[in-house]
Amino acid sequence: MAELILKHTAIKAIYSVVPKTVYKTHDYPYFSEDEAKMFAKTTGIVERRVAATNVTASDMCFKAAQSLLEDMNCLNEIDLLVFVTQSPDYFLPASAAILQDKLGLPKTCMAFDVNLGCSGYVHGLLLANRYLQQGGLRKVLLLAGDKSTISTHEQDKTAFPLFGDAGSATLLEYDAKGEDWFLDAGTDGSGAEAIIIEAGHSRMPYQSFDDQDIEVAPGVVRSKKHLAIDGMAVFNFALKNVPKSINNTFALAKLTTDQLDYLVLHQANQLITDSIRKKMNVPQEKCPSSIGSFGNTSSASIPLTLCSELSEALKKERLCLLLCGFGVGFSWASLLLSTHNVATKLVEYD
Amino acid sequence: MEIVDFIAAIEEEFDDLNPGDVSPNSVFRDMEGWSSMHALIFVALIDSKYNVLLNGDELKSCVTIKDLFDITLLKINGGGANT
Repeated sequence: MAELILKHTAIKAIYSVVPKTVYKTHDYPYFSEDEAKMFAKTTGIVERRVAATNVTASDMCFKAAQSLLEDMNCLNEIDLLVFVTQSPDYFLPASAAILQDKLGLPKTCMAFDVNLGCSGYVHGLLLANRYLQQGGLRKVLLLAGDKSTISTHEQDKTAFPLFGDAGSATLLEYDAKGEDWFLDAGTDGSGAEAIIIEAGHSRMPYQSFDDQDIEVAPGVVRSKKHLAIDGMAVFNFALKNVPKSINNTFALAKLTTDQLDYLVLHQANQLITDSIRKKMNVPQEKCPSSIGSFGNTSSASIPLTLCSELSEALKKERLCLLLCGFGVGFSWASLLLSTHNVATKLVEYD
Repeated sequence: MEIVDFIAAIEEEFDDLNPGDVSPNSVFRDMEGWSSMHALIFVALIDSKYNVLLNGDELKSCVTIKDLFDITLLKINGGGANT
């Protein structure tokens, strides 16, 4: 069982970046008016942000990181860069290496990518802590972002209107007096096919498959190179595993949901987050939501929600937060942590 | 657990349904504009009201509202693949 107590780590800043271009659910040409209404009601998505063709996840994270490093004035203190993404610039090299150079980080800085989606931000916080808590490193820059819209077929009603693009940068540092954090995480790879892009990598290289568009269900057109999502399987996975993981985390911390300031869930869709929140008996006002404005932004959804919904509280208050990422893999991670005086910023990418 | 309550919950959940629109023999996939979103709403409703999580195969095996009610009842009573 992956349950851990994390020590000596503090989050100093969280910056997020979203593209300027807005796609509205009711403008999606493959929805009837009723379908658009039903989709918006169920998923909560009124609009989302979509990156331009030449903008990648690493570009959005670069902008977030650049702004953060300038404001926090700590470029030369970054000893590790972790980039959580499932939409890297290239098969190789790791986009984190490119970002190290573009950001002007010292060559003594380690840098690597983590191939996780919706659970990735919380896993990234864990990784940052693992490197920091011994006291050897000064600061870690955690970048989490995805350009999911590059993978979805425009005529796939189950996926195309669901995803938005975003990037984020989080600055963490060693804190000798930092309060303990508590983590529960897990994996169920039997759900690998529930969210998958089948073709284009080693298992099904580009030359080896027929990439014709197929109508797999009424109104659902895609090829093997596009992202496919089984909404029912994801819902079942989330409702079976996430409440359990959150409860495990509270038990580890010897706390109850009453002592929590905010439950910040991965913004999968509103039906899922509402169902989890109700199971946890957490009132709506303690469970911020950003999906209405940004859609499902994969690995960036938790930092984006923190920046867009909790900016003032993060800056001014001492908070007890439960962050929970869950999704593709299937993979999940819940982290209970305290924050104090966290700088945030939400920036648009031109 | 009574089927009238089950039906009332469904009628309350969907804006375009009025009391009396749904009967035990109603074929739920014949609802106007049925989509995968409706299926998710049914599963979420049953989960929140009865703490029973139906998976895709279980939903596929149901045709009528009574089928849904019966499988929910079965799982409440400890039957089915995963309660």
